[in-house]
Amino acid sequence: MTQLTDRLQRYSTALQMTPLGIALLLFLIGPIIVILITSFYKFNGFLTIPDVTVKNYVKLFTSGLTLDNYLETIRIAAIVWIVTAVLGFIIAYYLVFDVISLRAKMLLFLLCVVPFWTSGVIRMIAWIPFLGKEGVINRVFMSIGIKDEPLEFLLFSEFAVILSYVHVFTLFMVAPLFNTMARIDPSLIEAARDNGAKGWQILLHVIIPLCKPGIAIGTIFVLSLTLSDFTAVRLLSGANVGTVALSISNQIGSYNFAYSSANSLFLLIVLLLIVGGIMRLVDVRKQL
Amino acid sequence: MSGLVKVKRSNWFYFRSTIFYLFLLFLYGPIAVMTVLSFQGETGGLTFPMRGASLHWFADVFNPSYIGDFRWPWGRSVILALIIMVLTMVISFLAGLAFRKGFRGNVVFFYLVVASLIAPSILISLGIGRMFTSLDMQSAWWSGALGAHLTWTLPFGVLIMLAIFSRFDPRTEEAARDLGATTWQTLKSVIIPITLPGLVGVALFGFTLSYDEFARTSQVSGEHNTLPLELVSVTGTASTPSLYAIGTMTTIFSLLVIGLSFVTLYVIQRRRAGGA
Repeated sequence: MTQLTDRLQRYSTALQMTPLGIALLLFLIGPIIVILITSFYKFNGFLTIPDVTVKNYVKLFTSGLTLDNYLETIRIAAIVWIVTAVLGFIIAYYLVFDVISLRAKMLLFLLCVVPFWTSGVIRMIAWIPFLGKEGVINRVFMSIGIKDEPLEFLLFSEFAVILSYVHVFTLFMVAPLFNTMARIDPSLIEAARDNGAKGWQILLHVIIPLCKPGIAIGTIFVLSLTLSDFTAVRLLSGANVGTVALSISNQIGSYNFAYSSANSLFLLIVLLLIVGGIMRLVDVRKQL
Repeated sequence: MSGLVKVKRSNWFYFRSTIFYLFLLFLYGPIAVMTVLSFQGETGGLTFPMRGASLHWFADVFNPSYIGDFRWPWGRSVILALIIMVLTMVISFLAGLAFRKGFRGNVVFFYLVVASLIAPSILISLGIGRMFTSLDMQSAWWSGALGAHLTWTLPFGVLIMLAIFSRFDPRTEEAARDLGATTWQTLKSVIIPITLPGLVGVALFGFTLSYDEFARTSQVSGEHNTLPLELVSVTGTASTPSLYAIGTMTTIFSLLVIGLSFVTLYVIQRRRAGGA
């Protein structure tokens, strides 16, 4: 009897996982296999021809453009990561430790995360009237006399792209940091204080170490989103920024599916290595 | 909490609260400016000054002769988001049930879900597009894009359900069984009601993440655009304040969806408190 129930149990688990399995197989694993195969195809300038050639990879790893794209992407990602981590930490700290009323805490937290459920594209577009040559910032600067000429670097620049990343991605740091920080046992902080630790010592030796999982999860989000984004670059860089994902998107635009497959597969591997490394340091699953 | 309440308000406190409120301004400022500009007068342009105020650009959005006719893309995005919402809820809930019990290979599935979350959107989009082509099929917003959206909404759905079930006391379920409830009754009267707030959350993520998705959809929507694709395609070249008008409307729509989710959560909680 128990054997039968056991068997049913196992059967029900398989049934429950089937829909997710099918979805992942069809739309994640399937496409990756197709990309892997396509990356060995040949492109003759017009058509993608089935073949087994490593030319795409040779081109990828010898092209100076690949290196330039990666350097630029990594530089942007590093800036965005540092800014969002510091900003996210201060915001989470404020919400968890400075705001005392639970109701205010939840309300202010919600204010920080609500934009996540609105359109990222619109939030990127919304920077255009702000940063443009005749935009809000330049008008304000010129009217109070800080500048005589409009600042040109604000829009259609790396600055605009980074600004919009910080704008859209900071909440990916705030939410996990808020989550881990709120779980810190206040008696730990009290104990540190009773033992004579100063404010910065508590921060450095108690709070930040306990926030590591939150920082790790936030980092996974921010890095993977920044490294693979081409929307903000397309909308706000004015062709002044060449990131990996944008160049892949451009290669697709010129129908070079073989090369863009090799290129995007390499990006996936880079991302998996980064995220795998972070997940080795911190047990992400425990945080759920 | 008492230890924290007593923290005296140092200069650092004022520093942190200043940063916080500046961040809120930074978060909402651009969208607020865009909303104001969407009421731009008929002769006004994409930036200030406002040349009067009008609803002209809102009317323009509903004008079929306008180059970006947003009505159909909007309709497609809403229908797709509803389908994705239901699929995400069902698939994530079922997976949550299985993960809770633990099974061989659960770690593999967990990492696949994480991979789905972090995979470059351009790779997913290109891959699904090429997969359709290699099968001699044309991807459309209701097929390829649907799959692309699932790769983005399912990780959130599954991770939320994992979090919900990790707080779920299995003894509740055992108690139901001991009292003679069948598996189906336990599911219907115990598990679903307890996890309902989580499911509402999954619905919110499923709907909004699909409704706003651009990057993963970019190569697979076929000949008919979803709303975010249409928005990106008209940005730059043919921009008029209509773009802001549609931005304002779609933001209000999103806020209504978010509001609805929170009202639902509130009602559930009230009922629970009342019924206990």
